[in-house]
Amino acid sequence: MIYNDEYETMPREALEAIQLRRLQQTVERVYNTVPFYRKKFDEAGVRPEDIKSLDDLKRLPFTTKQDLRDNYPFGLFAVPMSQIVRIHASSGTTGKPTVVGYTRRDIKTWSELMARALAAAGVSQNDIIHNAYGYGLFTGGLGVHYGAETLGASVIPVSGGNTKRQITIMKDFRPTVLTCTPSYSLHLWEVAQEMGVDFKRDLAIRVGIFGAEPWSERMRQEIEDKLGIDAIDIYGLSEVLGPGVAVECIEAKDGLHIFEDHFIPEIIDPETGEVLPYGETGELVLTTITKEGIPLIRYRTRDISALYKEPCKCGRTMVRMARVTGRTDDMLIVRGVNVFPSQIESVLMQHEEVAPHYVIIVDRQKALDVLEVQVEVTERLFSDEVRKLQELERRIEKDIKETLGISCKVKLVEPKTIERSMGKAKRVIDKRQI
Amino acid sequence: MKVIQISIFLENRAGRLAEVTKTLASANINIRALSLADTSDFGILRLIVDDTEKAFKVLRENGFTVGKTEVIAVEVPDRPGGLAAIMDILAKENINVEYMYAFVQQSGKGAVILFRINELDRAIDVLTKNGVAVLPGEKVYKL
Ligand SMILES: [Zn+2]
Repeated sequence: MIYNDEYETMPREALEAIQLRRLQQTVERVYNTVPFYRKKFDEAGVRPEDIKSLDDLKRLPFTTKQDLRDNYPFGLFAVPMSQIVRIHASSGTTGKPTVVGYTRRDIKTWSELMARALAAAGVSQNDIIHNAYGYGLFTGGLGVHYGAETLGASVIPVSGGNTKRQITIMKDFRPTVLTCTPSYSLHLWEVAQEMGVDFKRDLAIRVGIFGAEPWSERMRQEIEDKLGIDAIDIYGLSEVLGPGVAVECIEAKDGLHIFEDHFIPEIIDPETGEVLPYGETGELVLTTITKEGIPLIRYRTRDISALYKEPCKCGRTMVRMARVTGRTDDMLIVRGVNVFPSQIESVLMQHEEVAPHYVIIVDRQKALDVLEVQVEVTERLFSDEVRKLQELERRIEKDIKETLGISCKVKLVEPKTIERSMGKAKRVIDKRQI
Repeated sequence: MKVIQISIFLENRAGRLAEVTKTLASANINIRALSLADTSDFGILRLIVDDTEKAFKVLRENGFTVGKTEVIAVEVPDRPGGLAAIMDILAKENINVEYMYAFVQQSGKGAVILFRINELDRAIDVLTKNGVAVLPGEKVYKL
């Protein structure tokens, strides 16, 4: 179902006209109200009136997470505090958290976009939503909550934690929609199993809307098979809005529609900053064009994606972004090629003989970069023939070469020998002496 | 007539093989036959033990990557050309041997050789018809 037919299916030309008008207004406003932007635009030698077409967007400087930290907590707010009605913050795993403020209109926009996202996943006012995203400074819980109420669905604000109680609530209240992180959905399934509760037999959940962490097609398959539901990918980040920036439609489940009447997406080469054409993989950059509290110009999300313009069978005209497979933070340059560990991971995920635990070792031998990927075999040995294991190594090498365009050596290692860390695993060892 | 063999994936790291034998020894499991196939990166250790289920369990509990494979044990007459005759029978029937290794037997008439063959049932059939002694698992584990 399409929540806002007028905007979501608007012809591209009309949509782009709206985008340009809103972009010009935003640039004008931030230049005049946020000293940080005025200084940056002046340094780049660009003035608001220079933005004459959408193509001029690339003349504007980028904004980074570091800029938000440097202006901690409220330095990038574009309105006086009296107009801010809500404050959220991202967890600061490294350094200070990033803080965002919403005006009343921002909350209304966010609620509508989340309502659109829920509708795209096939949710209607007749549904009951089990919202297991955390409520608090994190945007997930309240974002989904307001969207659900705007749509008119019933929402259970269960938040995170106390998994056993969640299963009991799902059994008794019979929610039809589950919203949480993809990994938590599998955890819910495991705990349900332990309690003797079968998702397919005993619960009424038919669709899950999962986000806030990278996942894969293979994980989607696993969730859909185990829970017996449709699993939909949703995207958002607190700096830009929270959940509801983009969502998959249940009709195609092939890329996430970005709500372009509120955001302008670009894909750039994270090294050079150059804007890449449609279809190419790089870093997603977002510009907010309606936000009042904290508008962001060309915000570097650090998320790896690609943009697709092809029409979608759901009827939405908004571009689709590829499922986010990783972050640019750990990007490597090997023999001049940008290599993202997440790309290697997605190749490994396609081979069931290996576990998704790996380490990438880059070294330089005789002035040539060499890449080695060590990957754990699964815990149960599937073949005792050396030849077959070597064939597996060659097969993975070939797939990596096809995906990344560079050759590497794959080495099988024993399970549980690659270091685990609860947070972001240390996936890359760079031994090069440059 | 089949014998269950345990296969273990091992990285080529110092002491890894010793850890396998130590694990089995502390569980009171005897190794009856053993073979190691390796490359520069990793190896596969193949074992016949006196208590397969227990060995499989303790190895897995100790973090080893373990698999089970069916092989056959064949008694080879202790005379020149004994093994060649058996290989000949299999070759004539187009039965491919993936690998083979010998049994550690203290005394007796002949050697016992373990064969890994994809068409196991056909191989047993062919060998038996040609008068070759294929030993049952229960007998092999207790040898
Ligand atoms: Zn669609």
